[in-house]
Amino acid sequence: MRALARKLAFYILAAVVAITIDFFIPRMMPGNALTAALGKLQNAQVTPALIKSLEVEYGLTGHQSAWDQYVQYWDHLLHGNMGVSTEFSQSVTSVIGGGIFWTLGMVGLATAISFVFGTVLGALVAWRRGSWLDNLLPAMTFFQAAPYFFIAILLIAGFATELHWFPALNGYDQTLVTPGLSGTYLANVIDHAILPALTIVLASAAGWIVGMRNVMISTMDEDYVLVAQAKGLPKRRVILYAARNAILPSVTGFSLAIGFVVSGALLTEIVFSYPGIGYILQQAVLNHDYPLIQGVFLIITFAVLGANLIADFVYVLLDPRTRQGG
Amino acid sequence: MAMTTPASDPTAVPVPDPVPVPARVRRIRFPRSPKIIIGLLLLGVFVVMAIFGSLIAPYDPSAHLNTTVGIPQPPSAKDWLGTTQTQEDIWSQLLVGARSTIVVSFVAGAIATVLSVVIGVSAGYFGGLVDDVLSTLINVALVLPALPLLIVLAGFLSSSASANDLLIAMIISVTGWAFGARVLRVQTLAMRSRDFVDSARIIGERTWRILAFEILPGLIPIVASSFLFTVIYAIGTYTSLAFLGLISTTHWSWGAMLFWAQESSAAQSREWWWFLPPGLAVALLGTSLALLNFGIDEFINPRLRVAGLSRKIARRTGVPRRFSLGVTPVAASDRAGAGRTHASAPLPTGTGAAQ
Repeated sequence: MRALARKLAFYILAAVVAITIDFFIPRMMPGNALTAALGKLQNAQVTPALIKSLEVEYGLTGHQSAWDQYVQYWDHLLHGNMGVSTEFSQSVTSVIGGGIFWTLGMVGLATAISFVFGTVLGALVAWRRGSWLDNLLPAMTFFQAAPYFFIAILLIAGFATELHWFPALNGYDQTLVTPGLSGTYLANVIDHAILPALTIVLASAAGWIVGMRNVMISTMDEDYVLVAQAKGLPKRRVILYAARNAILPSVTGFSLAIGFVVSGALLTEIVFSYPGIGYILQQAVLNHDYPLIQGVFLIITFAVLGANLIADFVYVLLDPRTRQGG
Repeated sequence: MAMTTPASDPTAVPVPDPVPVPARVRRIRFPRSPKIIIGLLLLGVFVVMAIFGSLIAPYDPSAHLNTTVGIPQPPSAKDWLGTTQTQEDIWSQLLVGARSTIVVSFVAGAIATVLSVVIGVSAGYFGGLVDDVLSTLINVALVLPALPLLIVLAGFLSSSASANDLLIAMIISVTGWAFGARVLRVQTLAMRSRDFVDSARIIGERTWRILAFEILPGLIPIVASSFLFTVIYAIGTYTSLAFLGLISTTHWSWGAMLFWAQESSAAQSREWWWFLPPGLAVALLGTSLALLNFGIDEFINPRLRVAGLSRKIARRTGVPRRFSLGVTPVAASDRAGAGRTHASAPLPTGTGAAQ
C-alpha cells in the first residue's frame, strides 16, 4: 500500500508539473506575438470583451504579477474553468467535452485490443520459437517503424478509395444519419471507427508483440517453468505460468508506451478528420486558439497520467511481491 | 544472405574459456547477423541520399515543371516518380528531403543520448538525493506525452525558425532522452556494486575515471541501442510535425511531402506515387535502424539469437529448432557475452515512436 501511496504522490507531482508547463505555454512566446494573435481575432466572431478578458488572463495589461496570474490560473482550473475558445466561441470545457467521447471510445478500445492481442501473440511467438511465427517479426518491424499517419493513409487508399469497404473521413455521415440512440446511427459510427481503430492496432501491436516475446523467452528459462513442465502439468498451464510472470514488464511498458499511442492516435484522428481530441488540437494550433491549446494539452496529459495509474494498480494486482512490503 | 556465425554445440558441456575472448574479436563477428547486414545496407542507401541527394536530383524540388497541367501526373520516363498537383518532381523532392529528415533525427538522437547518459549514469552511480531528484525528473519526463507538447511548441515557431534543422533537433531531443536515461540508470545501479568498480574505488580512482573507464564501456551496447531507438523516435516525431504543417512547408523533408499529399487528398484520388515514396522512405529508414537494434539486442541477450536462425542454418550448425525448456542454446560462440548481465528487452524497441 505504501508503494501505491508513493505512486499516487508521484502522479500528483507530475500533474502539477504539467499544469505549470501549461501555464507557461502561452507566456513562452514573445508578448507581442500573442497580442498580434489575439488582435487577429478581432474580425472573427469574438467580442472585444472576450479579447479584453484574454489579455487580462495572459497578463498583457500588466496589472498582475506573474505569481498572481499563476494563483488565479489554479483557481480557475480547480473550478473547472479553462477559459473560452477563441475559435469556437464557447467554453473550452464544452469544446473538449464534445470530442472526448469520440476519442475515448475509438482510441481506448483500439489500444485495449492492441495490448491484449499483441501480448497473447507475443507469448505464442516466444513459445513456438523457431516455427513460422518467427517470420512475423520482420513484418512487424516495418509496422513499428512506419508512422501512424502513413498507415492511416495506406488504409484510406486501400480500403476506402479502392475497395469502398469503409468510409474514409469523419466520425459519422452527417448527410445520412442524425446523432441519437438509433441503430442506423450507431452502425454508421462503428463503420467510421473501423479504419482509424485498425490503424492504431496495426501500428501499436508490434511493440507489444516484440516486448512480450523478448521477456517470455527469458522467462521460459526460469527454473519454475522447468519444474512445472517436469511435474507433468498440461502445456497450457505451463504457458500460463510463464506468461503471468512475463507480462509484468509489459504492464510497466504499457505506461511507457501509452504516451506514444496517444500521440499516434492524435495523428490518426487528424488524417481521418475524426472528431476527437486530436482533431480539436490541430484546429486549435492552426487557429492560434491558445485557451483551447492549453485545455487540450492538459486533458491529454491527465489521460496519460490516469492510464499510468491504472497500469500501476494492475501491476500490484498481478504481482504479489509488491503487496508484501507495505 | 547466409548467417556465417558459427554456433557452438549446445549439447556439449559448456567449458568455461580459460582465456576470455578479447573484445576486438567479438566486434569483428558482430556484424555477421543478417539483420545487421540488411540494416546497415538500407541505412547506407539513405545516408548516401542525404549527402548527395540534392546533387543528383534532376530538378529543383520546388520548380513547377509544367504550367498547363493541373493534376498530378503518374510516373513517366521524364518524372520517375510522377509529379505533384503543382507539377513538382516527386523524385527530386524525395532526394532533397532525405537530408533534412536524416540530419534532424540523427542530431536529435545524439543530443538526447548525451543527455540520457549524463542524467542516467549520474542517477545510478551517485545514488541518494541525486538519484531521487534525477529519477523523479526522468519519470516526470517519461509520463508527460511528448507529441502534444511538441505540437504546441512548434506552433509558436516562425516558419523561418522551423526550417532550422538544428533548432528542431534540439527541441525534439528535449522530449526524447528519458527512455535511455531510465535504462542506463538501472544498468549503472547493477554495475556500481560489481567487484571491479569497488576495487577501482578502493584504490582511489577519481570518480570521473571510474565513470569513463569502468562503467561506460559496459554500457556501450545499451547506449547504442538507446541512440538508435531515439533516432527512430526523432524520425517519427519530425515527420509528424512536418506532416501537420508545423514545420515550414517549403522546407523539403519527407514529412513536408506527406503534408502536401494530404493537403490535396492524394489518398482519396489514387495518387499513390505521391504519398507512397516519402512514407515508405520513412518506414524503411526506421526499419533499418530497428533491425540494427534487434542485432544489438541479440548481442546483449544471446538467447534471443536462436530465434533468428533459419531452418537450414539451424540444421547445419546443430542447434535444435525445437528444444526443451530450461536449456536455451546460445547460437554464437560468445561465452563472454553469455556471462554478462542480461539486460533483456532493455528498451521498448520503438513502440512506433511518436507517429
